[in-house]
Amino acid sequence: MSVSVRIPTILRTYTGGAADVTAEGATLRDVLQKLDADYPGIGARILDESGKLRRFVNVYVGDEDVRFAEGLETPTPNGAQVSVIPAVAGGQ
Amino acid sequence: MALGTADQPTTVDFGPAAALSCRECGTRYDLGPSFACIECFGPLEIAYEFGPVSREQIAAGPTNIWRYRSLLPVPADVLSTPNMAPGWTRLVRADRLARELGLRSLHVKDDSGNPTHSFKDRVVAIAVQAARNFGFHTLSCSSTGNLAGAVTAAAARAGLDACVFIPADLEEAKIVMASVYGGRLVGIQGTYDEVNRFCSELIGDPMGDKWGFVNVNLRPYYAEGSKTLAYEIAEQLGWRLPDQIVIPVASGSQLTKIDKGFGELIKLGLVEDKPYKIFGAQAAGCSPVSTAYRADRDVIQPVKPDTIAKSLAIGNPADGPYVLDIARRTGGAVEDVTDAEIVDAIRLLASTEGIFAETAGGVTVGVLRKLVAEGRLAPDAETVVLNTGDGLKTLDAVSAQARPSAIIRPSLDAFRDAVSG
Repeated sequence: MSVSVRIPTILRTYTGGAADVTAEGATLRDVLQKLDADYPGIGARILDESGKLRRFVNVYVGDEDVRFAEGLETPTPNGAQVSVIPAVAGGQ
Repeated sequence: MALGTADQPTTVDFGPAAALSCRECGTRYDLGPSFACIECFGPLEIAYEFGPVSREQIAAGPTNIWRYRSLLPVPADVLSTPNMAPGWTRLVRADRLARELGLRSLHVKDDSGNPTHSFKDRVVAIAVQAARNFGFHTLSCSSTGNLAGAVTAAAARAGLDACVFIPADLEEAKIVMASVYGGRLVGIQGTYDEVNRFCSELIGDPMGDKWGFVNVNLRPYYAEGSKTLAYEIAEQLGWRLPDQIVIPVASGSQLTKIDKGFGELIKLGLVEDKPYKIFGAQAAGCSPVSTAYRADRDVIQPVKPDTIAKSLAIGNPADGPYVLDIARRTGGAVEDVTDAEIVDAIRLLASTEGIFAETAGGVTVGVLRKLVAEGRLAPDAETVVLNTGDGLKTLDAVSAQARPSAIIRPSLDAFRDAVSG
C-alpha cells in the first residue's frame, strides 16, 4: 500500500530536499520502517531509542493526530497522506 | 536593515542572546529563524551571555518592556524602532478579592492594559525585532484570537505585511480587532490545533518564504517576551519574588518563561534567592496538562477542546511537559475549573477589584479560588494572579448573566417599585 509522507523542513536533509516522498506499509510503524530503509537515519529522528514517537513530534494520518488514533499501529490505507510536524508552536 | 538567515548568523544583532539551545538535549545552534532541534525535535530557546545589569539601570529605562532590553534578545537600537512599546502594566493590590478568598496578600498583574489588550503584545514585540533581523517581509501567526490582533497591529506599526490565521469560529471582538489593523486575516475551518498544523506546513512551503510566523519559526525569540511579566512583577513588588503565582496554561510557554525570568533575576543578583511556587491554570474543557498532573504522568495526552476559554483552547500543548516539571519542582500544582466557575470568577474579580478579565483571567482567578478553598495554596503567603486579557473581547461568556437589573419608565415611582421589588 503506497502512502505519501510529508517531510518537515528539518528532516529534508535526509530526503535530498524533497518535501513529499512515497512509502509503503499497512500501519504507521511499517511506513516509518520503509521510510528509514529508503532514507537511512530518518527513523531515529522521529522515534526515540525505545522505538516510541518522540515527545515533540506530531504525526498525522490524513487529518487525524495518531495520538488520538492507534499511535504507531494506526492503519495507513492506500493513498493516505502521512504528515510529520514539529510540535513546537502556538499559544499562551 | 541586517539581512540574515540560519547560514548567516553573524550579521544579526540580538543583544545578549548568544545562541539557540535545545531544551530537550542541549544541542546548540547559531541564532536563526529555526525552532525545532534537528536531533530530537525538541523546542529551541535562547541562551544568553548577560553583561552587568543593575536595578538602577533598569529603573532609568522607559516604562515599557524595553526597560529590560539588556535581558532580551533584541538589538541595541530597539528603542528607536517603531513598535508597540508594550508592558509595564499595573500590578493591582487586590485587598477586597484577597479578603473574599481568604488570602492575606494578593496582587493581580493586569495585562489587559497592553496596547491590544492582552499579554500577546509583549511576545510579538520581540518577534518583530527578530523578523527585522532576519529580513522577513510578512508577519504571521496561528492564533486563538488575541495573538492575531497583536500581530496585525505590530505589523502595521512596523511597516511589515501581515497574514494571520485563526479558527473561523472565534469571538466576534477578536475577529474585528485582528482585521481592523489591515493585512490579511484568514479563518480556517478547524480547531486551533489544526490552524497550528497548517502554519507549520506553510513554513516549509515556498508560499511562506520570508514569512516570520511569530509563534512558529520565530518562537524562540517571541516566547522570551513572557519573561518580562516575571521582571515586572518582581520590580513592582519592590524587587522581590512573590511566594506563589497562578498562571494560565494554553501551550504552557508563558508559565515556562515566567519561571525562566524569576531564575534569571536570582542569578543576576537582582532579587533575593528564595523559593516560589508556580501554579498552572486550565479550563476543564481543555485540560490536558492538569489531567497529566493529577495522574502523575509526564506525557501529555492531547484533547479536543470544548470551553468558553478559547484563548486557552490548545488541546496539544507543546510546552505542557515543562509546565509539569516546573509545577512539581517548585511545589505548585496544575488545576482546572469548569466554564461555570470561569464565569463566576470573572464576575468576582470585576465586582471586587474593578477589573474585567477575559475568560483566561476567569480561569486563573477560578483556579486560585479553588486552590485556596482546598487548602493547597498558603493563605498567608504573598500571592500574584495573572489576568492576561480584556473582558471586552469575550463578552459572550458573561452576557447571559450581565444584564440590566431592571428596565423601567423614567419615573421615580417606577424606580421605587423596582428597587423594593
